[in-house]
Amino acid sequence: MTDTQPPEAARPGQTADNTADAFLNGESLRHAGGPYFGAYGGRWMPESLIAALDELEDTFEKAKADPDFTAQVAELNRNYSGRPSLLTEASRFAVHAGGVRIFLKREDLNHTGSHKINNVLGQALLAKRMGKTRVIAETGAGQHGVASATAAALLGLECVVYMGAEDCRRQSLNVARMQLLGAEVIPVTNGSQTLKDAINDALRDWVANVDTTHYLLGTAAGAHPFPAMVRYFHEVIGEEAREQILDQTGRLPDAVCACIGGGSNAIGIFHGFLDDRGVALYGFEAGGDGVDTGRHAATITLGRPGVLHGARSYLMQDDDGQTIESHSISAGLDYPGVGPEHSYLADIGRVAYEPITDAEAMEAFRLLCRTEGIIPAIESAHALAGAIKVGQRLAADAADPSQCLVLVNLSGRGDKDVATAAEWFDLLPEDSPEAEIGQEGEQL
Amino acid sequence: MSTALPSKSAVAIDRALSEGRAALIGYLPAGFPDVETTIEAGVAMAENGVDLIEIGIPYSDPVMDGQVIQEATVEALANGFTVNQVFDVVAGITARTDAAVLVMTYWNPVMRMGVPEFSRRLSEAGGAGLITPDLTPDEAGEWIAASDEFGLDRVFLVAPSTSAERMQVTVEASRGFVYAVSIMGITGARTSVSTAAREVVAAAHEAGAERACVGLGVSTADHVREIAEYADGVIVGTALVAALRDGGVPALAALIQDLSTGTRKS
Repeated sequence: MTDTQPPEAARPGQTADNTADAFLNGESLRHAGGPYFGAYGGRWMPESLIAALDELEDTFEKAKADPDFTAQVAELNRNYSGRPSLLTEASRFAVHAGGVRIFLKREDLNHTGSHKINNVLGQALLAKRMGKTRVIAETGAGQHGVASATAAALLGLECVVYMGAEDCRRQSLNVARMQLLGAEVIPVTNGSQTLKDAINDALRDWVANVDTTHYLLGTAAGAHPFPAMVRYFHEVIGEEAREQILDQTGRLPDAVCACIGGGSNAIGIFHGFLDDRGVALYGFEAGGDGVDTGRHAATITLGRPGVLHGARSYLMQDDDGQTIESHSISAGLDYPGVGPEHSYLADIGRVAYEPITDAEAMEAFRLLCRTEGIIPAIESAHALAGAIKVGQRLAADAADPSQCLVLVNLSGRGDKDVATAAEWFDLLPEDSPEAEIGQEGEQL
Repeated sequence: MSTALPSKSAVAIDRALSEGRAALIGYLPAGFPDVETTIEAGVAMAENGVDLIEIGIPYSDPVMDGQVIQEATVEALANGFTVNQVFDVVAGITARTDAAVLVMTYWNPVMRMGVPEFSRRLSEAGGAGLITPDLTPDEAGEWIAASDEFGLDRVFLVAPSTSAERMQVTVEASRGFVYAVSIMGITGARTSVSTAAREVVAAAHEAGAERACVGLGVSTADHVREIAEYADGVIVGTALVAALRDGGVPALAALIQDLSTGTRKS
């Protein structure tokens, strides 16, 4: 059994269904409502949870059409999260990308430091509308857990966060952050004790407590309606970015770059440009030590379709259908699955998905710190490393590279990653506790 | 199409009912601690009073299972269990007993092998069908076609949260019996059986299910006795896994004998 089998069928255009035809016929790709995205998505879930998914879908559909709800979301986005987030041109960074112009969508400036807040506020409001008093969430590094705890505190909901036991130890400050916000953090000791096992335990909790509890899933994956719903709350990223780059440059970008774990920040920014066929879209997966090493999280690049956590999508799995553990220096990308809409966009060729290694991501991380005075999340550094490659390719074909525009979703800030980065760049005394923590982060 | 073939699960349940008792259904994960032991344990279950045997496929992400079964399946995988071996287990048990042998599996391993291929091999091994904890009729088109072709039983789950409309759809899509989940939760022994189970079974019968069997949290002869009053079969899992873990096949056989004292329908 090996973990990196080639895909079984040629892509793109592998799906035989009529939504792919619709794309090829020039129909809109925006606002796809699920449950299926081509051959992907659906609801591969225990019957016990179907009623809760139905209730959530119904509540979400009604809320979307309710001006009070959309106004509430907009108000929180503006006066709590700090939206619209800025669009910042990164001129000194762009010198290293063939001389194209690079623009950063600054989701790192949102309250709690990443795009995650967009989704948690929306879902927490839905939980209230359903009369639920408790939310549960999974988290890897802790970003979604912190965001969930934040939304729960703001709206007066009980919050329980499932987090791999190893991640709890490694990210003890994020655990403390969640606890300060009033959440209970439950260390997960089952299975591989990683993000996927935290999701498993959250699902087990949800089955037993579904009457009172909403599962506040953190990415655009899982059973319907989660992929379409999580995307809906992140669409604001792409909508703002499209308007901002038109304002600042008078035209659309040539390329949009985002990092992909489950894929929530990426689907959010891509959505604004899906129907702009001249805008190339790039999703950068975690290549870990390299896709030929077996230690990576390049789900679309090397995975095969399967079902995990409720959706059919590309999946890192062995010949028996057992999930394979993923590896990345970035805990936020360290997930063996991916949102089903990304699998569809890969198959039809609308988005190109490529791996970025840990080393490439960390080089881009360092570069952004030094050239722009912005410390990015290591997740977002994968998008930055991808943008360097895309910029160089564009520049190679352009008479005047400075006419090429590349938009990067800077999905989060890097404060949480300082220990890992300091260890990577050998900035810590060897016997310091921070060095120990960083080393473990690096070994992820 | 060979749907005219009799359902092996139905035959086994009806045989028990004709003897004035509810069917006793026992679960064990394949390959815990190894394939040979699973076969011996399955044969011992049949010889001591089990009518139907569920063989679980150990899976990396068992979201419906509690601690005991999770630990057993982790051990089976660590000991090198592969999905192919489930057919050896089914064939090994059916060769030596009259019990109907079903496979209980999360869906991805079946999808990975290919639903028609998996179905063909299960049928050749003498298996009765599949119990599918994370596959509902909504996503089961391929499985319904393959199970029709190979005459395999389709055991879907229904729960206290299942709406009347979904109950109808699920009962109609099932073949052999429907699996009534006794409570909202995951597998694991509990001190008492939820009263919700009785209502789920009544709703299933109301929707036309000829056979409804109750599982989740059933661990003692008293539980079995209570459920046998209203259900067509009683499903025991975690308690059997714990017995096999702690005392091997003899302890498992002794527990089955004890549990089977509760199956008599009064």
